[in-house]
Amino acid sequence: MTLDALMLSRIQFAANISFHILFPTITIALCWFLLFFRVRLVQTREPAWEEAYYFWTKVFALTFALGVVSGIVMSFQFGTNWPGFIETTGNISGPLLGYEVLTAFFLEASFLGIMLFGRGRVSERVHLTATFLVALGTTLSAFWILSLNSWMQTPAGFEIVDGKFMPTDWFAVVFNPSFPYRFAHKLLASALTAAFLIAGLSAWQLLKGTATDGTHKAMRAAVFTAAIVIPIQFVAGDLHGLNTLEHQPAKVAAMEGIWETERGAPLTLFGIPDEETGTTHLAIKIPKLASLILTHELDGEIAGIDAFPDAHPPVAPVFYAFRIMVGVGSLMLVVAAFAAWKLWGQRGRARISLPRPLLWTLSAMTFSGWVATLSGWYVTETGRQPFVVYGVLRTSDVVTSVPSPFIGATLVAYLLVYGLLLVTYVGVLKYMAENPVTHAPVPVTDAGLGKAGV
Amino acid sequence: MLGMTWAEWLPLIFLATMGFALLVYVILDGYDLGVGLLLPFADDAAKDTMISSIGPFWDANETWLVLGVGVLLVAFPMAHGLVLQALYLPVAVMLIGLILRGVAFDFRVKAPLRYKPFWNRAFFAGSLLAGAAQGWMLGSYITGFDAGPFGIAFSLGIAITLPAAYVLLGAGWLIMKTEGPLQMQAVAWAKRVLWPMGVALVAISAATPLVHPTVAAKWFGVPQVFALLPVPLACAVAFFAVRWVLTHPDLVRAGHGWIVFAATVLIFVLAFFGLAYSIFPDIVIGRMTVWEAAISTASLNVVFVGVAITLPVIVAYTVFMYRVFWGKARALTYG
Repeated sequence: MTLDALMLSRIQFAANISFHILFPTITIALCWFLLFFRVRLVQTREPAWEEAYYFWTKVFALTFALGVVSGIVMSFQFGTNWPGFIETTGNISGPLLGYEVLTAFFLEASFLGIMLFGRGRVSERVHLTATFLVALGTTLSAFWILSLNSWMQTPAGFEIVDGKFMPTDWFAVVFNPSFPYRFAHKLLASALTAAFLIAGLSAWQLLKGTATDGTHKAMRAAVFTAAIVIPIQFVAGDLHGLNTLEHQPAKVAAMEGIWETERGAPLTLFGIPDEETGTTHLAIKIPKLASLILTHELDGEIAGIDAFPDAHPPVAPVFYAFRIMVGVGSLMLVVAAFAAWKLWGQRGRARISLPRPLLWTLSAMTFSGWVATLSGWYVTETGRQPFVVYGVLRTSDVVTSVPSPFIGATLVAYLLVYGLLLVTYVGVLKYMAENPVTHAPVPVTDAGLGKAGV
Repeated sequence: MLGMTWAEWLPLIFLATMGFALLVYVILDGYDLGVGLLLPFADDAAKDTMISSIGPFWDANETWLVLGVGVLLVAFPMAHGLVLQALYLPVAVMLIGLILRGVAFDFRVKAPLRYKPFWNRAFFAGSLLAGAAQGWMLGSYITGFDAGPFGIAFSLGIAITLPAAYVLLGAGWLIMKTEGPLQMQAVAWAKRVLWPMGVALVAISAATPLVHPTVAAKWFGVPQVFALLPVPLACAVAFFAVRWVLTHPDLVRAGHGWIVFAATVLIFVLAFFGLAYSIFPDIVIGRMTVWEAAISTASLNVVFVGVAITLPVIVAYTVFMYRVFWGKARALTYG
């Protein structure tokens, strides 16, 4: 691996997008949680819902700010580091990104101000609507960006004229073959990430004795959400995998560590892939299971790495990342199911009680959604290499002509800033959980006197 | 121009959209950055009020930058790659500045109290980095990315002038949104920065035609020189209107303080018009026209539908948001 402009640009983009995705992954679903807390407050008028809403709004505002600033970096890096990508695919990637800015970014950014600071200035109804529009904006944003990302994985609806991608069928572009699976998989991942964040911080508050009435409400909502979503996520992930086998078989070969095309391929639970020799050392295998899972036949044929000379991704990172994702997901399944079973008998009670070992486990898993999300993204994005548009356009053909020392210097600067922000973010969440500000509910008596007359 | 086809008009419509987005960005985030630049000069209570005055707005304000660069990417991909590669380092500096400024909003009030001074400084440093880098990028863009001594001097000049102009905007914003001692302090800040900014603006306007003979011909040819005369005249009127209000604090107390902000915005709009007139129809001076940089008409049509529907809606709810938070700044509380 040489640190040329290509590798440095890839590391830089990977660093930025990895840092960025941490925050939208939380906010996409957290905003729907907030809407739920608000709706329950309006329905029941219980102060506990107000407490839950108030605390998690503060977390949301902080997380959203980090997502915004790191997202702006992305919009510039297409041009600074990957000019060839926009120059060749601009007719397709441009409109998709354009629609994200026009329909999603302004919606969420503009109504965020009203959602965060608008109570007392606008009526309850307008405030609820603002919260809904922010949630809608974050989800729409995910829709457009995942459409583009999926199109890069499974390009459709285009023709190549004079070396440039021209759209022929916009419906086929937007709803390209992997998009529905990826979109569903991502939204569910966001729900799990937010649910484990809420459960984890709430568990920490219960352990530290800083829980409010809202903590109990939030914990219950988070645990039941996680318990419902995680089985669905396993099904969605499996369907996504089958879709990948159909459209990107080289990626599946790397995920499963299958070196040579074979019938009745075993499932490798773990091992150490060695690209030099084309084998997996110390492999623990279950005979025929990979064929059974992927083709639903014991003797189904699965293409190996050898079927894709010079057009397959590096095996080891994809192989390991896939196992980390599945491992964390399985842990989530067990923990969420156990916690939901414990809470099932406590329905209708204002306060919950959970065994301390479970609270410690949930606390330890506060950011487990991040681990699963990042490793999942590494599987799919590293698995796309060496192409930027799968099978059609190589990453090395679109890289910047900026001198590599420039890229190296800015990479170091970004990494320092991101390191500082990540440490601060986690520290601030812990601090907020341990020092919850008791909140006097805002009377909405002057709602009719909102400055906008609404 | 009237004989142009739709295919020829479309790139111009997108150029206008991009120009509009960038102008709105420079004005709206300009006052945010200006307030950030003034932060170290205020006491702790005033710092909180100053940030409260921009808190609900900054995120949406910054989104105009994403729209501006987004239109560049969407409609003019050739120019997008060329410009952003040439501006690689200042772009990185601006982004790091915007990151620091953006996160400082939250961290300064949510982190333990002992870190607040650190995040206040980060807020200032981020605003300074972003404003200066934007000025440098503008200067570098106008000189056609000239890396010679003249190009560097010109870029450096704008890198200092733009933050000064942001400070004037920020002070104008604070005069509108605050009361009492802080409002009077904002008047003093605006007064201090007014003349240096005015002189620098005149110097830049004089230097630009020297860089490009074509620009000189566009401005000083007959008869357009007479048609264009209102531009510098209106600039001068706006400048002295600002000065008049700043030197008569009674006017501010009587509620006419908004003139400072409005007249500064007018100066920004006129300067922007002057720049756009000088460069048009090139999108990268001397290298690429707007038509050469544009993508296919079919793809532009697809985005045009989106812009035509959403942009008016965006403007409408932006106005709505400003009306909700109209009036003097209050302490920000989550509800």
